[in-house]
Amino acid sequence: MLIGGILVITCKNPVHSALALIVTLLAQASIYLMLYAPFVAGVQIILYAGGIMVLFLFVIMLVSIDRSVRERQFNSQWVVGIIAATALGGLFIAVYTKGKNIFPEHALPVVENDNTQKIAIMLYGQYMFAFEIASLLLLVAIIGAVVMAKKKI
Amino acid sequence: MGGPVIAQVIQYIQSYLDTRGLTPGAAGNMFWVLVYIMLVFAGLSVAVIAMNWLERKILAHMQVRLGPMRVGPHGLLQPIADAIKLLLKEDIMPAEADGLLFWIAPFVVVLAAFTVFVVVPFGPTHAITDMNIGILFMLGVSSLSVLGIVMAGWASNSHYPLIGALRSSAQMVSYEVAMGLAVVSAILMTSLNAEGTGTLSMIGIVQAQLAQGEWFIFKFFPLGLIAFFIFAVAMVAETNRAPFDLAEAESELTAGFHTEYSGFRWSLFFLAEYSAMIAVSSIAVTLWLGGWLRPFPNFLSGTTWDLVFSLFPGVTFLFLAAICFYNTVRMPKHPLFRIQTIGLAGFGVVLGLIGLVLFVPAVSTRVQDIFWFTAKVAGFMYLYIWYRGTFPRYRFDQLMQMGWKVLLPLGLGVLILTASVALLQDKIWHP
Repeated sequence: MLIGGILVITCKNPVHSALALIVTLLAQASIYLMLYAPFVAGVQIILYAGGIMVLFLFVIMLVSIDRSVRERQFNSQWVVGIIAATALGGLFIAVYTKGKNIFPEHALPVVENDNTQKIAIMLYGQYMFAFEIASLLLLVAIIGAVVMAKKKI
Repeated sequence: MGGPVIAQVIQYIQSYLDTRGLTPGAAGNMFWVLVYIMLVFAGLSVAVIAMNWLERKILAHMQVRLGPMRVGPHGLLQPIADAIKLLLKEDIMPAEADGLLFWIAPFVVVLAAFTVFVVVPFGPTHAITDMNIGILFMLGVSSLSVLGIVMAGWASNSHYPLIGALRSSAQMVSYEVAMGLAVVSAILMTSLNAEGTGTLSMIGIVQAQLAQGEWFIFKFFPLGLIAFFIFAVAMVAETNRAPFDLAEAESELTAGFHTEYSGFRWSLFFLAEYSAMIAVSSIAVTLWLGGWLRPFPNFLSGTTWDLVFSLFPGVTFLFLAAICFYNTVRMPKHPLFRIQTIGLAGFGVVLGLIGLVLFVPAVSTRVQDIFWFTAKVAGFMYLYIWYRGTFPRYRFDQLMQMGWKVLLPLGLGVLILTASVALLQDKIWHP
């Protein structure tokens, strides 16, 4: 996952970056599997790697990339970048060392056989409102895209 | 000094060869998993080769011509000749092509098409593994083949493959939605039991059909049938086969995304297409047609009916052998045809021997499930070839229209109706 992430930001060719992102997403699906969440892993592969990344690749391929491949890659804000990265790293280290009690002692032996059923019960029972709001959000996005792309309404 | 070490090594190997504690999904016994993987891979390769021959012969007979007749008796060695030709062809890479992507693309497509078979259930314990998200895994991995196609079209660096790849991937992504909805309404039917919990595992779905006593295609008639129909149409579009093969049709786009591929790389695409066909057919068979169950497992039960149905594998092979012998007799009596006649007779003898072996009860009890599953998938393969010989091609905008405007609302409607009918029959568990 780390290699994929680093390749995403360092490749000159945007198609190669998109492929590295796919590798990163597949690695994330396997991390979900290791955390005993098989449903989320499966859905991650179907939607993210198999759906969203295909659409990413569409756009990248339809927009001409000749110019961007030949552009010289520069990074003139490297000082600010280093300061920000050090601050973030320091934050991570502080949380890990000071807040040891929020991390479980061992890996939780969670039974994963009914992971899907549990997600369904929670999603459609307790978090139904959030679910409906999220679907409304997606509807707004679809309508916005169609409105912006139509020639005349 | 070497004694205890050798004893330990032997014990280690023996612990892997012990089959007593094995069920599909019991992770850990690497040796048997590898054996099963090899078996499935070999079976799949044989099936793809057979599909190649069958497609050319059946398509030819539908078009009132004979198909390959020269290479072996009735063209039986044609696929082998094709494979040799493809292996010997020059491997061309276009000049400005993106080398890494060009090399990886067929690999990704074949990987996605073959990994799907890890969860396909050939019997109640005959699967490489039984994930409890089996169907989700199959849908996800088969959607990874879209990426391979997009990469192939892009890496060829010429406009025909690029347009072909983009059209093909747009089509596949659209029909994945319809496929998903049809699959969801089938999964819904697995939860109509006493506890009210369904299952996503492939073996569990077939066992739910056994427990509920009817194949899901006939459940809540006509809802199961409509869901099956949606999946059948979407699966043909998903695998880029006629009548949805605009992206790779020779007359339209000079073979679409695999134009620039030659020799072995092209044969990898071709292999992946046939295994994807077999994979989505096995999804359809498992979800709607009862997987490995013989016809009428509950209705016509009892030892005599079991005996009758257990004769089917042997009888099928004997029937095929009889066809071979009939055609041997009909071969032209010319000295140049002697080798072909002997070859065909030999093939018939081999089929007959397999048929006789399948009559032995010890073999036939083990082969029963695999036979019924394979027979149903073979029926689907015949349907694929039939569609190719019958239907004219859809234009691309008609294709996309059908995917989004017809199949998607139909899928949603079937899902809502299935859920309401199940609720009205008071079978869904109320919290």
